[in-house]
Order: sequence, then C-alpha cells, then structure tokens
Amino acid sequence: MNIVVLLKAVPVVGTERLDGSLLTDRSVQLEANGNDEYLLEKALQLTETHGGETILLTVGPAGATEPIRKALAMGAARAVHVVDDAIKGSDMRATLDILAAALRKMEYDLVFAGADTSDGQGGVLGAALAVRLGVPYLSYASEIEPIDGGVRIHRLSPTGYDVLEAPTPAMVMGTQLLGAPRYPSLRGIMQARSKPVEAWSLADLGLAPAAVGGGASTTKTLDTSKPPERAGATFVREPADAAVTQVVDFLAGRRLI
Amino acid sequence: MTRLSNEQVALRDAVRELADDKIAPRAAEIDQSGEFPWDMVELLAKQDILALPFPAEYGGLAADMISMLVVIEELSRVCATTGLIPAVQELGSLPLLHGGTDEQKQRWIPDLAAGKMLAAFALTEAGAGSDAANARTRATRDGDDWIINGEKRFISQGDVAGLVAVFAVTDTSPEQVNAHRHMTCFYLEKGTPGFSAPRVEHKMGIRGSTTAELAFADARVPDANRVGEVGDGWGLAMKTFERSRPGIGAQAVGIAQGALDVAVKYAGERKQFGKPIGLHQMIGAMLADMATHTEAARQLLWGAAERIEAGDPHAARWASMCKLFAGDTAMAVTTDAVQVLGGYGYTTEYPVERMMRDAKITQLYEGTQQIQRLIIARDLLANL
Repeated sequence: MNIVVLLKAVPVVGTERLDGSLLTDRSVQLEANGNDEYLLEKALQLTETHGGETILLTVGPAGATEPIRKALAMGAARAVHVVDDAIKGSDMRATLDILAAALRKMEYDLVFAGADTSDGQGGVLGAALAVRLGVPYLSYASEIEPIDGGVRIHRLSPTGYDVLEAPTPAMVMGTQLLGAPRYPSLRGIMQARSKPVEAWSLADLGLAPAAVGGGASTTKTLDTSKPPERAGATFVREPADAAVTQVVDFLAGRRLI
Repeated sequence: MTRLSNEQVALRDAVRELADDKIAPRAAEIDQSGEFPWDMVELLAKQDILALPFPAEYGGLAADMISMLVVIEELSRVCATTGLIPAVQELGSLPLLHGGTDEQKQRWIPDLAAGKMLAAFALTEAGAGSDAANARTRATRDGDDWIINGEKRFISQGDVAGLVAVFAVTDTSPEQVNAHRHMTCFYLEKGTPGFSAPRVEHKMGIRGSTTAELAFADARVPDANRVGEVGDGWGLAMKTFERSRPGIGAQAVGIAQGALDVAVKYAGERKQFGKPIGLHQMIGAMLADMATHTEAARQLLWGAAERIEAGDPHAARWASMCKLFAGDTAMAVTTDAVQVLGGYGYTTEYPVERMMRDAKITQLYEGTQQIQRLIIARDLLANL
C-alpha cells in the first residue's frame, strides 16, 4: 500500500507575516504544517505494518526543503517537491491544478491530507483534489485502516462515530485524533540526507507558468486586518482538586455560576 | 568561526524539541527523587541518541564529535542528569573503541549502541583521585583468567551499567610504574562473581545520576575481557579523556545555557521600580556577561572538538581547555542566574538552584579544574 501525504511547508507558527502583495510571506523559516504531521504519522504506521511506501508531496519554495527533510527523518521513504519560481502567489485553484497534475504522475493507493493549514486555513483542498482526481473522499478521519481493496475510516459523530468505507485509490482527510506525530530519531535524521527528493518543475507537470502564480489568481486580497487582541489567558496548572477550586472561584468571581 | 552543518542543525533541533517536551518536565522530579531515570535511558535509546558515537558496522551512527557535543548540550540544558547518560555511555566505551579487538567490539557495542546495556568507566579510587596513577586495585594472572581485587570510587553509573571498564594494576615493578605501564584495562560484565556495587553516594547535584563504589573480591575475568595490551591501561585512559572531557564541557555549556534562558525570561517579566529588572543596568550587565561567556565556552568546545578529531598533537590540552572553561562558565552563569532571580531563584519553584548544584560537578569530575590547568600548563611548557 503506497500512501502519498500532502505536506505543506508553512511559516513557523507565530512568525507569520504578509508580503507586499498581502500574501503570506514564504521567505521566512518554514516548518511542516502541524496537521499534516498527524497524517504523516498515520501513514508511517500503516506502511510499517502493512508494507508499501509513504511518499511526501509538497508544493512550495526552496525553503520547503528542511521541513521535507524532517518528514523524511520521521520515516517517509521519499519525497516529491514541486518547486518553480512561477508558482509564487498561486491561489487555491492554481495549487489544486499543480497537486492534481503531480498526483497523476504518481502511483498511490491513498492520498492523505491534513484538516487545514496553519497559514491559509482553507481546509477545502483535500475535497477539491478528490473531485478533480475522481477518487472517493473520506473526511475528518479519527482512525484509518486498510480493508480488502479499500479503506475504512472512523469519523466522530455526536453519538459516537461513523464508519465510512471506500475502494482505493481514495483521498482521506484526517484529524489530530489519529495520534501525535513521532519525534524523528537521530538515525532517521542521518538517513534522511540520502533519501531521494525529486524536484519537479511546472514543465515536468505539463503546466504553463502563466496558468498558475499570482497572475493567474482567481482570488484577490482586497484588504487585511489583524484579529482583535484577546485578553490574556489564565492557566490552571494545579493538580485536579486544587484546579477545581481555582476554576470555580474564577467563574464565581465573575458571577458566571 | 565554527558553523554547524545542516545535519548537525537538524540533530540539534530534534533533540531540543525532545528535551523541551519530554525531558524538561521530568528534570525536577529526577533531582528530587535522586533515582536513576531508566525512563530517560529508554527515551534516549529509542531516539538513537546512545548510538551516536559508535561505528556504523556495530550498529552506531558514527557521528562526529560536534554532533555528540551538540546533543549532550541540548539534553543538559534541561536536565544535567539526562545529559550525562550519553556522555558516560561514550566514556565507558572509549577504551573499547580505542583498544578493543573486532571480536570484542562485536560482542559488546551493538548492545551499547542500542541502549540495551549501559557502560561505565572505573579508574578513580578513594585514595587515587587526581593522582589516578596511584591506583591500588590489582589484577593477577591465573591461567586464562585474571583475578581482580580492590575498590573503585565515584564511578558514574557504576551500579546500573552492564559493562564497566576497570583499570587495574598488573605490574608493580618501579620501572613500569614510573613509565605508567603498570595498568591494564578489563571489561567486567555485571553479575561477574566477586564484582559488586556496595553503595552509592548522596550528592549535591546530578542527583539522578548514580555514583557508585565498586568492590572486587577475587573477581575472575577471562583474558578475553582484557582490552588493549597488558600495561596499556594508562594510555587508554588518557586517550579516553581526550574525547570524553569535551563531553563534560558540553554538559557544562548546556547547564549554563539553561540557566541563562531562565534568567533572561525572568528578567524580562519581573518588574521592580516600575520596569523589567533586565532593563536595570546592573542586571542587564549580568545577563550580557552570562550570554557572552556561554557562547565563548561553546565556540571553544567546538573548536577543540575539530582539532581533537583532526588528530592535533595537543589534543589533551584542547580537551582540558574546553572542559576547564565550560565548567567554570557553568558555575559562574548558574550562580548569577540564581542572583538574577533573587529569592525566587533560591527556591525549587525555579530550576536555577538545581542548575547551580548540577554545575559544580563539571568542575570536579573527569579531572578537577586544577588537574586541567596542570595538563594545559605542562603541555605549554613541554617543548621548552
């Protein structure tokens, strides 16, 4: 079973800023999108148990190399990095075209996508990609397991969980309930340096530079504003009994209970 | 200037994250309980940290010295006891790496690299500390075996190690003693009849790391456990220190960095006389000196490591210089960190009092600071 994990290189959380075109500045230090790492962990567990390879697919600037290396250090077998100057400024539709073109060149049973990204927070790319590729889409997976000729997921519901099944190839979007990602071992880090990272250009994908990038964007950023400042949070770190007293006092003090 | 490679940065960042998430929350508990942290050994083994210094053909990662130092520093930054575990694993293994046969390495290193077994290094005795050449533990030949009698003291991880490098006197003739050719290295496996660890020390710092007294009462060791030639023990021990002392330097730099981080954060948050105390010049100057000395210690450490690894003829001096400077830096920086935090720093509410207690050992073990100065001075004057 081969699993392609969509891995986005995002600005280190907390350091995000906009560039002159009001787009996310990707010249800053990048890290693997947190939600994607949960899917990577699940993919690694599945391929370690059932065989096959976990392959990373990233569309991003040259600075995405380090997050890719870290994901390889965690255990992915290899990576495809779509990198081309003309991609800069691409909107979600253009990114979709690029990912779809890349996936058509790859062999896979499953494609994994995180719920959303810490920078764009669109959360629709996985679904749109499944439609574009014409494969089943299983979303918000809290558990993923292979079945004969297909895949089964659990999805939390108000009463418990739903079980969804689909034939492969399929696209699965998962949540953090899949389980925390592992720390890369030092052996993994040292081996990652020699794992293959294929760099694909737009030409490799048969896409015209003019069809993607800022110029081809069908969305326009008219204005941006910072979210309103939130009042400082109060952290309760006491053991349970003392914590309960503190929380009750806090709420009572504000006449909330 | 010494720069880290991409791989060294990746190793450092990975260990830094692991240390912050998994080790820092255990540090105070390890210090208070004074119990050897087997869970940390398990964690380090799982992340292949214990495999770093060993050759690839025996299951190691064949990492260079700077990688090893960066990892020890990152661990020690949050917990000096945990940072000492890979350092002692290397210390106990170095005589084997330097003087062992391929057969001996095949026999022990895979388990050491996998962290299934810990190593220790036993040279010091109650009456032979700085004057280690005055050791009294004897090994006498008996057919294909050696019989060891005597005692060792202050042996880090001596009671928890599965394999201990023991240095014993095998020749007492004056000419051999004077030529430092009286000592031989033997590897004793835990459970060897006659070999025991009757007690452990109660210590001021690195309280989770056990420091044991070892006793040898007619302990019988096959000649196959002798590492290096008969009479080569002293040379092996000295060669070991060239590699292991920088490890203690890295532990010291890590402790200093940990204390500096706490002090800077506190000085930015704590307000007195209407502003953060770090903006008062006297505190600001302390922080500046702490940061400068810590970075200087780190750069000397990496510079020394490059020279030692390149086979510099003054390797012993470089090892002593970096350990000396880093140890004194750790002591000064942690003492100042407690000062910056004032009364709070003196309590267990903050980690700096623990770091100050931990820092002291880096001025004592693997040769006191006085011995380091002696080695440096002798090397400087050797060719006059």
